[in-house]
Parts: sequence; structure tokens; C-alpha cells
Amino acid sequence: MIAKRIIPCLDVKNGRVVKGVNFEGIQDVADPVDMAHFYNDCGADELVFYDITASFEGRALFTDILRRTAAEIFIPLTVGGGINEVSDFERVLACGADKVSVNSGAIKNPDLISQAARRYGDQCVVLSMDIKRVGGSFHLFAKGGRVDTGIDALQWAHDGQERGAGELVVNSIDTDGVKGGFDLELLQAIASRVSIPIIASGGAGCMEHFTTLFKSVPAVDAGLAASIFHRKEVSIEALKKYLAGEGIPMRIIQNKEENL
Amino acid sequence: MIAIIDYGVGNLYSLSHSLSHIGAENIITRNPSEIEHADKLILPGVGAFGDAKKKLDDTGLTSLIIRLAKEGKPLLGICLGMQMLFDKSFEYGEHEGLHLIPGEIRPIEPDLSVPLKVPHIGWNTLHITRPCLLTKYISEGDSVYYVHSYYAKNIGSALSASSEYDVAIPGVVTNGNVFGTQFHPEKSGEIGLRILKAFAE
Repeated sequence: MIAKRIIPCLDVKNGRVVKGVNFEGIQDVADPVDMAHFYNDCGADELVFYDITASFEGRALFTDILRRTAAEIFIPLTVGGGINEVSDFERVLACGADKVSVNSGAIKNPDLISQAARRYGDQCVVLSMDIKRVGGSFHLFAKGGRVDTGIDALQWAHDGQERGAGELVVNSIDTDGVKGGFDLELLQAIASRVSIPIIASGGAGCMEHFTTLFKSVPAVDAGLAASIFHRKEVSIEALKKYLAGEGIPMRIIQNKEENL
Repeated sequence: MIAIIDYGVGNLYSLSHSLSHIGAENIITRNPSEIEHADKLILPGVGAFGDAKKKLDDTGLTSLIIRLAKEGKPLLGICLGMQMLFDKSFEYGEHEGLHLIPGEIRPIEPDLSVPLKVPHIGWNTLHITRPCLLTKYISEGDSVYYVHSYYAKNIGSALSASSEYDVAIPGVVTNGNVFGTQFHPEKSGEIGLRILKAFAE
């Protein structure tokens, strides 16, 4: 049986993992390669690295971290941040990424999704969306959630799938950093419009929020979070055992004695 | 020495790093002499069958791989590389495979009796139906990472392990010295490394 996935997200700036609350007030947490090892060992199903660096030097640090992580961690690795053209896909794939997440770059140029999907396959293209309620509808936001594009987010999700996106990351700005639970209403609305896998992001505060997520919106395939994992408020190992106990299919790592 | 056959599709670094991690010497190559002299071969692959097969044909390596496999050199196909081991695929048309394992590649979607998402992406458990070399270090119920929309059908006795996705998806297949995994062992954590170790030894 296919398992629901638990995915920690590492926002990387100047070679360090950071996490904002409502995208502001960034605090330093730890070293990305160490954290990738830690998450790999405790059963994370995938890792997402998000490059929030603007400078050339920061980008070089990021690609170095990516290379080192990809050489040591053997679970799927998704990379996002600063992906504006097909050559950016090439840059991070060459460092060992398996999937590439596009956000603002696809808003500026929607054809980027189809160009990348044709070249690297649908499975490689993850469309990440920052969404906020504006006047009773869901709007797509750009530039790390700072700018309202006025685009209807549900239509954007649908169009993204048509253009060849292989998965969606749905990040609710309204619930992000609040730790009050995932945005079930938004996720249900997106799920009714697309058939590709959906990764829910924004709002996880405790283990029960993941149970509610997977039970209330069965079309959601994965839950993504950052700070609750980084600050060890929720352990991935304990979370997955708990969810399995709640009847949600999970990949549970067996601790085998023989080591490779 | 294991030769990872490089015919211009996909990222081969993860696979190479995985093999190095378990102490298996490997080389990413499209050089016929290096392939001929390697102890074992891995045929990787992502993307669409027709494009990938054309790229493989363009490298001129297709007949060499078939010959070496028939001579008994161990060959492992991964994901699309596994699919290419079969007779033919019906992904966007009809394409000839390498005919090293009897069977064909068909879309998952029309065979589903319940509406499941396609591609089949994520971690799924293995049900071992016929233990083979690749399953030597893994156990019933271990999870591996899949990403695909097509699957092997009518493969007869080649099935070694499968995963349930409404239909039984062949995960591990084998025919003598020819092996295949539909999932990505290089992305399947510790379990994937164990599968590669069994092949590499």
C-alpha cells in the first residue's frame, strides 16, 4: 500500500537552515547537511531544500550544500528557490536534486512548467504555490508570499497540472507559522481541481494536525513542515508511528542490526 | 566494476553515489569498451519510453547491451531502464524494447478499478512472491520509492516482488542474469542500498 509522506523543508540562507514565521522574523537553526542526515535517519520520506539566498555567494554555498547532501542522502530531494528558467533546473539537477520546485518563476513565465516537463519529465516539476484568502477567494501570491498576483489559485493549480507539473505544494499563507493546523478548506478546494499528488504545507503545530489532514482530505499525499521538526517540537519518527497507529499508511523504518 | 550506462537521460549521480556508498566500484560511461569490460551493467532511465529508447539506439549501445546480457553479464534496469528490458511498450505509440524479459509495458490508469492518482509516486511496500538475488537482503513489507505511470504486464515467471496500487505493480523482476526494479533503489533509503548491494556483490 502506498504511504502518506512526511517531508521536512529546509530553508537555506547563506549556507544555514532558517525558518521564518509568516515569512518574516528569520532565525538561524542549524547546518543543512547535518540536518539532512538527521532527517534521513529518523525516517523522513523526502527532503525539500529551499534556497532563499539572493546573492551570488549565497547561491554558490547552496549548490555546494546540495552536492554534499545528494552524495550522502539516498531519499528523494526536491530543490526550490530562484528557479526562473530551464537552465536553473539544469543547475540544481546537476548538483543531485531529483525534483525541482517552481513558484514565482512560473508566475512570471508559465511556459517554464511545460518546457521543464518536456525536458525532464512531469515527475521532476513541482509547482509550489503560496496562497492567501482575499475577499472570499483564494489568491496566488508571489515573491515569497509578499505580492498578491490577483490570480485565482484554484485555476492556477489546474492550469499547472495541464502544463505538466507532476506534483503541487500548497502553502497557505493564512495558516503558515500559526501552528493551528493545515488549511483544510484550501486543500479540499485544490484537491477538487487536480488529480496530481498534493503536498500540504503551512500550519502544522502538533501530531494531531497531521491525522486531521490525512483523514479530512484523503487526496492529500504528503504533509510538509519546517519549524516544528527543526525545533524538535515534533519528532518525525514518533509522528510516523503515531499516524500508523491511527490507521494512516506510513513508511516505518525497521531498525535492522546489520549496517551497510 | 559496475558500468552505469550513460545515454543522456536522467541524473546518474545519485546512483553512482549509492554504489560508492556501499563500496561498489562504478563508472558512468557510454564507452563500448568500458561497458564490454565491466563486470556488471546498470541501465538507468527516466522520462518517456520512446525518447529514451531512441537515445539509447543513437548511442549505438543497444545491440552491445543485448549481446552482453545474453552472454551472461549481470544487467540491472532501473525504472524506465527496467521497462526497456521487456519486449515492447505502449507509451505514446508502440516501441520495441530489448526483449531480454518477456512482457510488455502498459499504462496503469486504464487498469485501475478505483480512481487512484497516476503517476504512482511515493513509498510503497514490497510483497516478495519469488525471492531472487535482489531480494537477498530485504524483507517482506519493506518500502521502496516509485515514480511511474506505466507498468510491466504479462511477465509470467519474471515477477519477483510487487507493490499494491489497486493493481499489482511489478517492483522487482528477473530473468536469469537480467534484473529490473520499477522503483528507484538509489532513492529508497537503506532498503534501496541493500538491493544495490545484493546486485553489486
